[in-house]
Amino acid sequence: MADKKATRAAYGETLLELLAEGVDVYAVDADLSASTTSIRLAEADPKRHINVGIAEQNMIGVAAGLSLTGKTVFTGSFAVFGTGRVYDQIRNTVCYSNLNVKIAPTHAGISVGPDGGSHQMVEDIALMSALPRMRVLVPADYLSAKAAIRIAAMTPGPFYIRMGRANVPLLYESEKGFELGKARVLRSGCDVSIIACGVEVTLALQAADMLAEAGIQAEVIDAFSIKPLDEKTLLASVQKTGAVVTAEEHSVIGGLGSAVASLLAKNPGILAKPLCQIGVQDRFGISGEFDELFKEYGLDAQSIYDTVVQLS
Amino acid sequence: MSYDEKELAGIANHMRRDIVKMITLAGSGHPGGSLSAVELVATLFFGDVLRYRPDQPDWPLRDRFILSKGHAAPVLYTALANAGYFNISELSTLRKFGSRLQGHPDRERLPGIEVSTGSLGQGLSIACGLAYGLRASNQHEQKVYVLLGDGELQEGQVWEAALFAAHQRLGNLKAIIDYNNLQIDGRLEAVMGLGDIAGKFTAFGFKVIEIDGHDLPAIKQAYVDAAACQDGPVAIIAHTVKGKGVSFMEDQVGWHGKAPSDAQCDEALSELKGSSDGKEPTDG
Repeated sequence: MADKKATRAAYGETLLELLAEGVDVYAVDADLSASTTSIRLAEADPKRHINVGIAEQNMIGVAAGLSLTGKTVFTGSFAVFGTGRVYDQIRNTVCYSNLNVKIAPTHAGISVGPDGGSHQMVEDIALMSALPRMRVLVPADYLSAKAAIRIAAMTPGPFYIRMGRANVPLLYESEKGFELGKARVLRSGCDVSIIACGVEVTLALQAADMLAEAGIQAEVIDAFSIKPLDEKTLLASVQKTGAVVTAEEHSVIGGLGSAVASLLAKNPGILAKPLCQIGVQDRFGISGEFDELFKEYGLDAQSIYDTVVQLS
Repeated sequence: MSYDEKELAGIANHMRRDIVKMITLAGSGHPGGSLSAVELVATLFFGDVLRYRPDQPDWPLRDRFILSKGHAAPVLYTALANAGYFNISELSTLRKFGSRLQGHPDRERLPGIEVSTGSLGQGLSIACGLAYGLRASNQHEQKVYVLLGDGELQEGQVWEAALFAAHQRLGNLKAIIDYNNLQIDGRLEAVMGLGDIAGKFTAFGFKVIEIDGHDLPAIKQAYVDAAACQDGPVAIIAHTVKGKGVSFMEDQVGWHGKAPSDAQCDEALSELKGSSDGKEPTDG
């Protein structure tokens, strides 16, 4: 197994790098600065890290006001609070006003683990994707998380960056090569397209190894940019394979799978088999460790393998 | 722009006429809470308080004004139009399809709107971020004014922001409370009373100034005193009358969010005609 690192570890570190490069960057957090790693920005300049206490609504409002003074502002907290609890603030203040605020909470998905369902956010991509002007990036590993933060900082306007708590395998060798609206084909195959995001990309690659031994050649794509979606790359793959399995550590309602379903519905005739969506099936999370939870929720490599085999 | 007290009274009267006319033309809108805030907004824009350049809305050295109670958009629109941000004639497009004058202020459409508002409870937080950011950029002279409704103070986020303002000692932050005692569902004290609001803001760490929100000299003095307070945030609690200036709207909860009929508009305008002989900046 490759070395592991959490996507959240990219957060504070990349903010520090951006500051060193001259970006007028600020981080606003809500008493979770160590967990999200945003506190690292305070190492360089304490006034650039603003802790509002346990007050997420104010976190978004303060970030909005800061952005109106020309600053590039990131907000933190955990995904369940940093998107769900403050949905109206993000909608009516950040997006409606088209502000340069980057919603960048950590601890998304069931990989949060033992904290359980109250803290395992699996609706955040749906919430954020539905907002006009919002761009949504879901990095698969540490270096792609760094790339996502960098893209968000350098592109004016609202962004959502989804990061996780768990240490996950390092997938990429460089943070270069990522773009807004661009997916990355990580493995070529002609039998099925596995379109994944977040940690599911790594699990899809593991499943693809297993499938190859069974004689099935899977193409594995890291969607990375959920909104805008890389329609060109995804459609080209499906035209080749005719079969699609999506995989995400998120509800199957309103996430990557839904975005791909919409895309394929608008482009009839190229999908030869039923679309399979791997994800959380309209359930809340539960306490447990990573491997236990990913098996229970049908998100592990074996589940992806089984789904593809049944489809083939 | 600066006018004397008599001229300001005239401007306030003119703004009231604009508010009544534009909401009548729109067929919907919020006259009560727009009329209660007229003197507060008129003094900010025309009483030598707010620094701004209508021909340069993004002037970096401007003070900032946030209308947290976004439903009172008409009072802001008439102030901006009379200040010269856009033509007065555009006021007649309020709430119409294709208009820049949306039902609630939209910064992406209209110059002079610092931030879009309409969802209550968020303005003080935004003002906190602005005040912090201006201070961090060493723009110490610039002030951030935010106008909140009394009913809006029922939103929890306001008190998150109040904690923050005091904790960060935001001396460039000036909150103004349009305390008109009414909200949509009835009298504020019946729906959800605020208790000792001056005591609450004081306890949170604000300097509190209480005034009659229709008394122009008192308002001007409050703004002067607020500006002089630089070691922490200020809350100006302005006691007002909802629907002020139109007898049949005054202190009537039914006029929170209802447009006058043409006949009611005429009646209101006749009441507002000549109630001041001060300067009017534009033709009605």
